[in-house]
Amino acid sequence: MKQSVSLTVNGRPVETTVESRLSLADFLRLELRLTATHLGCEHGVCGACTVLIDGEPARSCIALTVSLGGAQITTLEGLADDPAMQIIKQAFHDKHGLQCGFCTPGMLISTRDLLKRTPKPSADAVREGLSGNLCRCTGYQGIVRAVLKAAEDLAAA
Amino acid sequence: MKPAPFSYYRATSVEDAITALSGADGMAAVLAGGQSLVPMLNLRLSPVDHLIDLRAIAALSRQEETPEAICYGALTTHAAFEDGVVPDGTNGLMRYVASRIAYRAVRNRGTLGGALALADPAADWLTTAVALDASVTLTGPDGQRCLAITDFVVGPYYTQIAEHEIIDSIVVPRRSAAERWGYYKVAPKVGEYAKSLAIALIDHEKESARLVIGAWSDAPLVLEASASAFLEGAKKNDLAVIVQNELDLKMPSLSPAERRLHTSSAVRAAEQARS
Repeated sequence: MKQSVSLTVNGRPVETTVESRLSLADFLRLELRLTATHLGCEHGVCGACTVLIDGEPARSCIALTVSLGGAQITTLEGLADDPAMQIIKQAFHDKHGLQCGFCTPGMLISTRDLLKRTPKPSADAVREGLSGNLCRCTGYQGIVRAVLKAAEDLAAA
Repeated sequence: MKPAPFSYYRATSVEDAITALSGADGMAAVLAGGQSLVPMLNLRLSPVDHLIDLRAIAALSRQEETPEAICYGALTTHAAFEDGVVPDGTNGLMRYVASRIAYRAVRNRGTLGGALALADPAADWLTTAVALDASVTLTGPDGQRCLAITDFVVGPYYTQIAEHEIIDSIVVPRRSAAERWGYYKVAPKVGEYAKSLAIALIDHEKESARLVIGAWSDAPLVLEASASAFLEGAKKNDLAVIVQNELDLKMPSLSPAERRLHTSSAVRAAEQARS
């Protein structure tokens, strides 16, 4: 049951024919080879697959590619030149905000959105804001410190 | 983890969606935000042969204001409530509730209509809609009908939506400016489904109060006797006894732990509304 769909991924128009059951995450990884988007739980719980759909964070594992005709998708690759993302990545580096890195793409995208909506979050607000992104190795202390540092650095930039 | 194959149709209007629903052979489902349905498809818990996508129907994202009420199109997202970009007639209760649903990435896509259609007892909007006396407008092959939320929801995951009907909109009556609300959710982790959920509303000018408990094994429960005691100013501990007695009467199947949990939620919501 294949269907054609056209959408924009990281600024590039994509026209394709996909099975209606293909998730956006699988489409990005398997067809476009954009492998920064990670797949953890595949049912919308872990947050590793978070991307931007029309500029807003969304779980790509529970978004159907076929339903995204006309949408603008942005993955972590598409934010490589984004000044805010560069500052956030550096803060994660400085504050040990990652260990294995599996959850990191989702963490970074959620952090960028959180800091856009809440430029000066408290530590509690960071924990709450990132509660939809699970990390299984670093522990959240480093991640929270990284986000707080990113908030300071973004304010100073 | 991939869904079983299904056909996909992007409906262009409400009528178009209903025609597609009526014409489908096999199991058809409508897709709103997909934040519950698609996980269930991924887990293959929900057998669907035909998926009819409503997201392209602009009319389902509308909001209409009247002096008495606000009508929200079924596709109004949780994030739209959270960000205050849609009108509010509930002194901020809906905005607050929306901000506590799951996570931002889910709130950006999840919809009010989708949540009510699923009628998960542990989800936030169902209990909120009951507390606010909302009503649900359904459109089907025979036209529209409007149901009070308490008639709409029959039980857990069980509503009055007929086979070829979809939710068009949700009408929420405006509350008086003097009314105060309290909302208390017990969840083991931020964003998780609630173990208990209580909403309290009190308006001393109108002399009205409402106390509703959700996230138990059935449709949300309206506690009338407890609400009267709450309005009359029953102290915290007295109110707890009254709530517990009403729960014993109306939810005899609750375990002692669940009964305590729901009593605490109700009393805390009431205290919050009073403070």
